Amino acid sequence: MSAKGSDGIFSNWDAERQPKAYSQDYKSSILRSPKQPPISFPTTLAEVTGPVFGHDIIGELDHDLIHNFAASGESAIGPRIIVHGRVSDENGNPVPNALLEIWQANAGGRYRHVKEGYIAALDPNFGGCGRVITKADGSYEFWTVQPGPYPWPNGPNDWRPAHIHFSVFGPSFAQRLITQMYFEGDPHIRLCPIVGTITSPEAVQSLIGRLDMERTVPMDARAYHFDIVLRGREQTFFENQMDGL
Amino acid sequence: MSVSSKRLLQTPSQTAGPYVHIGCTPKFAGLNTGKADLGSSLIKDGVKGEGIQISGSVYDGKGAPVTDAMVEIWQADYSGLFRSPLETRGEADPLFDGWGRAACDAQTGGFCFETVKPGAVIDNMGVRHAPHITFWIVARGINRGLHTRLYFPDEVEANANDSVLALITDQNSIATLIAAKVADASYRFDIHLQGENETVFFDA
Ligand SMILES: [Fe+2]
Repeated sequence: MSAKGSDGIFSNWDAERQPKAYSQDYKSSILRSPKQPPISFPTTLAEVTGPVFGHDIIGELDHDLIHNFAASGESAIGPRIIVHGRVSDENGNPVPNALLEIWQANAGGRYRHVKEGYIAALDPNFGGCGRVITKADGSYEFWTVQPGPYPWPNGPNDWRPAHIHFSVFGPSFAQRLITQMYFEGDPHIRLCPIVGTITSPEAVQSLIGRLDMERTVPMDARAYHFDIVLRGREQTFFENQMDGL
Repeated sequence: MSVSSKRLLQTPSQTAGPYVHIGCTPKFAGLNTGKADLGSSLIKDGVKGEGIQISGSVYDGKGAPVTDAMVEIWQADYSGLFRSPLETRGEADPLFDGWGRAACDAQTGGFCFETVKPGAVIDNMGVRHAPHITFWIVARGINRGLHTRLYFPDEVEANANDSVLALITDQNSIATLIAAKVADASYRFDIHLQGENETVFFDA
């Protein structure tokens, strides 16, 4: 195939770990999942390259959802938490300069969005979005309030586990990912039809942020640890020349 | 050489959900960030190449517009170079970003990008790829972002020799990847997630 060689090839999406497109239990997927299987081809330059975002796009409070939409001197309501971890690829290489965009419901489970209809109250001091860029070692950290679980129209009584949405850009467009982080100990995780689109229990476990007492700031905020692994290049002789990019 | 014996396991995708706008296009979502949304403009004044407009809508299996979708595009500049640190063949036009993002219209599911027509991409092996634009679509009900490509109707010969299009045997399926020219420098590219005119999606 022409796309091989020094352009570098990414490993396939992991069929065992990635969600199925169609799930009868997740109603929205029924009409929005392609019926034909996707066509595979070895990554070409269009997938190997990708946009990069400079640190200059990050505002002073973008990493702090407790304050970034709060009135001066005020803060969002809810349990104060730090979410941190590391972005790496499948080969264990840290991914620096990765843009993470995050969004979530407030502590009562309510999103600030025109289409949101849940009766839980809006928090005037909470917007629900932020962004960070990973450091040289692939690490990231942001501060927020723990989101609440919320009901959603799917089955007659479905509730999403508390979660934070993550959008991730690696250096290659082939690595583009949107996912959700759940919270250790949440009994809704095993009941959720969206989580259930992932059949591997180990893969589900990898989406659960773990309470991290080491990083917890005493009398201030608890920490949750969530690592993200993006697709990596297949390990061939030319991987060498791509190091550090 | 960074070959490690330990292979880490991919983080699974999860749907972007109906509120993706809050995180990815906060201004569109009505949040006052004081900044333009990322990807809202691909071109700067003086950009090289033919300015074009690409519009379309995303539809579900019953033909209903997917009004909560978000579409991203990624493409080469007029000369076939990508604005990326991983581009090794030369330097792309600095006035062109190559990456764009649009929240679909809340009524019509429509999106629109002002960009330039990409050049053919000649890779490091000397293989020529027809001008194309990568599309990536997320929405409620899409569990992993869908990846497809737009090709141009006025590039018949290049398309006929493109190695990715060559993987598709059915002509009707190829047609789902060819934009329609609706006016001078204006193309339409509708995306059908499912159904009779289901767009070809890639695992790449
Ligand atoms: Fe959500």
